[in-house]
Amino acid sequence: MAKITLDKLRHSYMAAPGGPEDYALKELNLDWQDGGAYALLGPSGCGKSTLLNIISGLLQPSEGHILFDGKDVTGLPPDQRNIAQVFQFPVIYDTMTVFDNLAFPLRNRGVEEGRVKSRVGEIAAMLEVTEMLKVRAANLSPDNKQKISMGRGLVREDVNVIMFDEPLTVIDPHLKWKLRSKLKELHQRVKVTMIYVTHDQTEALTFADQVVVMQEGEVVQIGTPVDLFERPSHTFVGHFIGSPGMNVLPAEVRDGAAFFAGSRVALEGAIEAGEGRHEIGVRPEFVRLAPEGVPAIVRKVMDMGRHSVVEAVAGTTRISAIVEGPAPGQGETVHLSFRPDQTRLYRNGWIATGRGRAA
Amino acid sequence: MRKVNQKGWFFVLPVLALVAFNALVPMMTVVNYSVQETFGNNQFFWHGLGWFQDILRSERFHASLGRQALFTFMILVIEVPLGVIIALSMPRKGIWVPVCLVTMALPLLIPWNVIGAMWNIFTLPDIGLLGYLMNHVLGVNYNMTQDPVAAWITVIVMDVWHWTSLVVLLCYAGLVSIPDAYYQAAKIDGASNWSVFRYIQLPKMKQVLTIAVLLRFMDSFNVYTEPFVLTGGGPGNATTLLSIDLVKIALGQFDLGPAAAMSLIYFAITLFVSWLFYTLMTRNDTQ
Repeated sequence: MAKITLDKLRHSYMAAPGGPEDYALKELNLDWQDGGAYALLGPSGCGKSTLLNIISGLLQPSEGHILFDGKDVTGLPPDQRNIAQVFQFPVIYDTMTVFDNLAFPLRNRGVEEGRVKSRVGEIAAMLEVTEMLKVRAANLSPDNKQKISMGRGLVREDVNVIMFDEPLTVIDPHLKWKLRSKLKELHQRVKVTMIYVTHDQTEALTFADQVVVMQEGEVVQIGTPVDLFERPSHTFVGHFIGSPGMNVLPAEVRDGAAFFAGSRVALEGAIEAGEGRHEIGVRPEFVRLAPEGVPAIVRKVMDMGRHSVVEAVAGTTRISAIVEGPAPGQGETVHLSFRPDQTRLYRNGWIATGRGRAA
Repeated sequence: MRKVNQKGWFFVLPVLALVAFNALVPMMTVVNYSVQETFGNNQFFWHGLGWFQDILRSERFHASLGRQALFTFMILVIEVPLGVIIALSMPRKGIWVPVCLVTMALPLLIPWNVIGAMWNIFTLPDIGLLGYLMNHVLGVNYNMTQDPVAAWITVIVMDVWHWTSLVVLLCYAGLVSIPDAYYQAAKIDGASNWSVFRYIQLPKMKQVLTIAVLLRFMDSFNVYTEPFVLTGGGPGNATTLLSIDLVKIALGQFDLGPAAAMSLIYFAITLFVSWLFYTLMTRNDTQ
């Protein structure tokens, strides 16, 4: 187990990168605490797999260092880093039994057979695969195969970090949540640092204590699931997390106040000084139908059972609202009000309101 | 009991008809010859299993079968491991991939009798490139028309040159189908190069390797053109393989009955050994 530090890490797949757009991974400084559960969340191609491969040692970064417990491991090959990785598609050794699969990493390191036996037994019990130990791994179902590849990571006691690279991609939907809660439970039991890479917000938010959101090779926000939901520091995070995502409305700033479609919008705090493209961000959960407010025409109503998602248009801007109770009909004109402490101003994508009660 | 829809059999009928015309009917004529004796004039007499008994007891048959078995054994022992080794050392990505693949495929594209003729000229003691090199530069006495050992070595080297590529290409296809994640996982699990071969590459190559062994067995066991063009079965009978002997009996001596009986025995042996290989190599698949 180890604390992981990423120090001024940068990577480009090109031999001679020019500008920042040539970097698959832009400069990154991070500290991951020992025993934490972390998620790397972002759309495909955002650089999260690149980062994962750098941490595991399958890829050498162009610049910067990786430290495990303060020790520089940047130059070490994967087998000397004491890490484990679970891949998108289950990797199992077809010709071996489940037992031999789980024992493989230990036997390769010369662990004596008695210890191998007890350790494999422990892990098998934890993963609930004890009755399959004698079965040939090739004959398992995909979710059990993925369990075995996880087990190969867990079986080593000295492992620094276990990394999961979209491990639930090939798993049937009804088994996904089962494996996900198993993973959570395992983390609580073994207390190994775990890093989980995914593009699925549910997987990231349910698994991790801390989520790192990435976009185009850049970390846009690091925070707890609650942070990401309640106070996205970038419109991308607001949009990517939540269903439906945060409303992003074009805004004008005059005399320290924000205006949308001509009317003044109350914000959570004072606007920081600066110039740029302004947008107001507010989650559909905090948009209310009110007697007065921004006028909008209802375009679509989706009944979700306990609540409805109302999609309305103010001018040319679409705004979603989550409405409990009776929903308005299509084509009706409604007035929308935003809850001030959950309404923020974004400048060039980044948050530009201070926390506080002013304005 | 579950009712089975038997109409599916109708779909097999066209294939059955085709196979009947190109395999079963011609083979039945061979069966017909194998149990009869003729003195010409298109008059045939019933001979029972006499020809089969004669062939199975014939020393000439035993000798060519022995040569055939030795030849096929050497071919498999050399070509299969060599093919695997070449496939493992070929690049998996980059511009050298097509270069290697085309180079490998070249020998397979040459007509069989051309290969025999090529090697015949190549090994001529005084004017062939190899023959000249051996006799006049290296000073080794090499004349495959007089020395049975030289003839055997040449026939085998020629077949290795011609057919190892097939094993290579099949194994290579198996190897490139292995996702990178397997190699990465093995690296993380601390597996040695041997373990990677034993537990990842070999299992993934197994199916294509089964096909490669079967094809190489059948082709080498039935080989005719190349050794015949190269050595004509000589010197003496040293390289008279089963098929060459069969053609001598059937077309040289025009002994239809013995030739037919020998063909059927030959066919039965090929079929049996193929079945044996297949069963042995796939027996662990379902467990």
